[in-house]
Amino acid sequence: MKHPTRRVETQLAVIGTGIAGFAAALFARARGLEVAQFGHSGALAYTTGYLDLLGAEHGRKVDDPWAAVAALRRGEPDHPFTHLSDADLRSALTGFVAELNAGGLGYTAPGDENLTALLPYGVTKKTLSVPETMRPGVEALAAKAPALIVDFDGLQGFSAREFAANIAATWPGLTTARLAFPEMEGKQVFPEVMARALETRKTREEFGARIKPLLGAVEYVGLPAILGVNGPDAVRADLEERLGVTLFEIPTIPPGVAGIRLREMFERLLPARGAQLEPNLKVSTVSFDDGRVTLGLAGPLENLEVRADAVVLATGRFLSGGLGSTREGVFEKLIGLPLRQPGGRDGWFREDYLDPDGHALNRAGIPVDAQFRPVDAAGHPIQPQLFAAGAILADQDWVRSRSGAGLAIASAWGAVQTL
Amino acid sequence: MDHDTEVLIIGGGATGAGVMRDLALRGIKCLLIDRRDLNAGASGGNHGLLHSGGRYVSTDTETAAECRREGDILKTVAPQCIDDCGGLFVAVEGDDPEFAEKFPEACAAAGISCTPLTADEARAREPALPDTVIAAYAVPDATIDPFRLVLEQVSHAEALNGSRYLPHTGIEGFEIADGRIVAAKARDLKSGEALRITARQFVNASGAWSGKVAALAGSEAVKVTANKGTLIISNTRISKGVVNRLRPPGDGDILVPGGTVSILGTSSVTIDDPDNYAPTIEEVDRILDEGTAMLPILAGTRFVRAFSGVRPLLASAGADGRAASRGFTLFTHGDDGLSNFATIAGGKLTTFRLMAERAADLVAARLGNTTPCRTETEPLPSGPGAGWTEPGASARDWMARTDPTDTVLCECEMVARSTVDEILTQAPGHEEHMGLEAIARRSRIGKGACQGAFCAMRVTSHLYDMGAYDSAQGLAEMRAFIEHRYTGTRPVLWGAQLPQTELAEILHVGLAGLDMIEEDR
Repeated sequence: MKHPTRRVETQLAVIGTGIAGFAAALFARARGLEVAQFGHSGALAYTTGYLDLLGAEHGRKVDDPWAAVAALRRGEPDHPFTHLSDADLRSALTGFVAELNAGGLGYTAPGDENLTALLPYGVTKKTLSVPETMRPGVEALAAKAPALIVDFDGLQGFSAREFAANIAATWPGLTTARLAFPEMEGKQVFPEVMARALETRKTREEFGARIKPLLGAVEYVGLPAILGVNGPDAVRADLEERLGVTLFEIPTIPPGVAGIRLREMFERLLPARGAQLEPNLKVSTVSFDDGRVTLGLAGPLENLEVRADAVVLATGRFLSGGLGSTREGVFEKLIGLPLRQPGGRDGWFREDYLDPDGHALNRAGIPVDAQFRPVDAAGHPIQPQLFAAGAILADQDWVRSRSGAGLAIASAWGAVQTL
Repeated sequence: MDHDTEVLIIGGGATGAGVMRDLALRGIKCLLIDRRDLNAGASGGNHGLLHSGGRYVSTDTETAAECRREGDILKTVAPQCIDDCGGLFVAVEGDDPEFAEKFPEACAAAGISCTPLTADEARAREPALPDTVIAAYAVPDATIDPFRLVLEQVSHAEALNGSRYLPHTGIEGFEIADGRIVAAKARDLKSGEALRITARQFVNASGAWSGKVAALAGSEAVKVTANKGTLIISNTRISKGVVNRLRPPGDGDILVPGGTVSILGTSSVTIDDPDNYAPTIEEVDRILDEGTAMLPILAGTRFVRAFSGVRPLLASAGADGRAASRGFTLFTHGDDGLSNFATIAGGKLTTFRLMAERAADLVAARLGNTTPCRTETEPLPSGPGAGWTEPGASARDWMARTDPTDTVLCECEMVARSTVDEILTQAPGHEEHMGLEAIARRSRIGKGACQGAFCAMRVTSHLYDMGAYDSAQGLAEMRAFIEHRYTGTRPVLWGAQLPQTELAEILHVGLAGLDMIEEDR
């Protein structure tokens, strides 16, 4: 069956619905551009919710991300951060967090120092901005305050005992308890379902009543991230009032609530900001002619043909489908852009999985110029109206350096500055 | 802590476990020890092929006939460990037709049933075969789950007469007096505690390490070459039965089904150190290039893992690698001046029972026990916690239970909490604090498409909840497990498997901070 084709005219097309894509769309709207955004990936589900700028270098934790960024610019002259000044980075991060706050997700203001944040198995990480629901965990850890960690019957991959046992060296004396989640007794429970249930007052009443007898003399209660999907700060405030203690969330394994919150918030915020968002459509073709860009998209009911003045490619790496690979090499899947990549497969991955220097393949990707335009081997832009942002960029290892959100936000900011 | 037993058996592979059960059936109490755990050596690093013998007919008629006899016995006494799926020998264009023509005659000489098939008949049996088939024969190949085989034998021996198994127990020397070993000096490699094990008889069944163990008893008689074989595992089952390339043995010429997957191999490389080996990208490419000639479908197949084992080949008559005999030898060590030490070495998984019988006959005779061997006819029962290594078994069990509280810890292989708990409390070795790796060895944990990315974390959390871990040791073991899984995924990272590893790193580094554990402390 031949589907009807709907035509869309816009100034900027954004391909990708991860943090980089959403950031690019928001920054472009803030500059007054018409924006249409497309994507289909769910990789946002894998985030902890923390916004990192630079949390590690060569296997060591970083307290001062700004000093580390300065060192990175000297030591890695091809890193995407070299195309941006500190003022650019601060504008990008501050602007992005302001959008999150406006969208209803409280986040701490990006500052001069990294925060020490909690991870699900009792290890900590350095990050620049955390959701308000997780901020008290940073404070409680710093104060080594008396705290109760709660886990739940039927919730996989989060154990209060495991968290407490592994963080004991830095935060001793945590107590733990296991609860049955209201009306989900005797079955497997999932963070998203628990979070949505806690948005209702009745569930919060019963939930609070079950935690209250366990409190003893603790000042804080740590929970897996389940305090609501929409309006988590209000859910937390309501429960804190009922319990008379401070609550904090700890990220969980995917599918975690922090990423679902971001995604749902963006899907409300972008249309409110006047952007056209199609979050479940995959772009299948991109072509350039007459100084403009044409995107082809195949939907379940209709096809789309999008004509734009410029395009930002923020399709992510292998997991999100931006990059593909064969035994012979790595390729960019949508446009076939030239990539910077290591020679043979033998050089892709180190022999030790957790080698502090990371794997060469993780630094493969799209090389860009100072305006974040993909370039060829000679350094010339492939197309003047084509930009790239986020994890697909070459010469960075966002996982090891704890810089995923910072890279996505800053490169998205950089990509729309010349438009 | 010290131990006393009638027979100490060193090496928890198929042979050691086989000797343990054989002796237990004769009423003799044994202690089986392994430096690591059951199936840690060649018995866990093979393709699980129960040879019809067809593979050896052109080079070693005696081994081929032995394989045939032993295969028939095992199909009768241990059917729960075997998939009697049959096998084909197939030559394709470019292979030597003369070699193919001689195959039926060579099979007949070893007493192996061999049915010629037309190319169409062969493709009807195995649709993955190409149009270029020039000769095909059906043989009674089958597959065997070596993990279950060993677990069931140990479980049975323990149930028979209180024989015991100790993991992570390494041999460091022997106390010898008047031509007899009085005690083995060992160490609990987990706690570091020294152990003294007294016994009346000592059996060395340590495979690629048997030369080293014999040397600790002062014997230089056992010369074993460690021969590394590498195999790759596909994400789905490609063939119904075993598919062998009909040509002189080479890399990538056997495809063996294993439940829901297939295993392609095998390379053959002599190595110096049986403690230090891993599959390489070069080996994987060679196996795949060779295999694709016989089964073109392999070019587009997703592989989830490569793994290597070390064949313990007896270094006789100057031959090594593929040319070396797959036969076995029982060393009585009389020439070494020892009257209560035996080494059983060489051989194959398919012939492990016969090897165990020979060793047990010697030990029993030395102990004055005249009970005959019963393993040829006595069915191997299914023991508690021993049946979870077969792909698909835990999924079937979980679906049959329909218990809403029985959550699935490993989604790729559908391993439920109840399965992990049964292993934790009942499987062979459970007395000695079982962690993630021991549970994975006794189940399908970590063996599916995600290769442990998720289930390692879920199972570890569950083990903390169960009290199996109560310190930072659990997370350290999880990290070690994940690091070890990676050595097998690294050579097959391209195409559909590559995003799995990207996701794994996001989880293990980004979310769990496993590269930063020491930074915190």
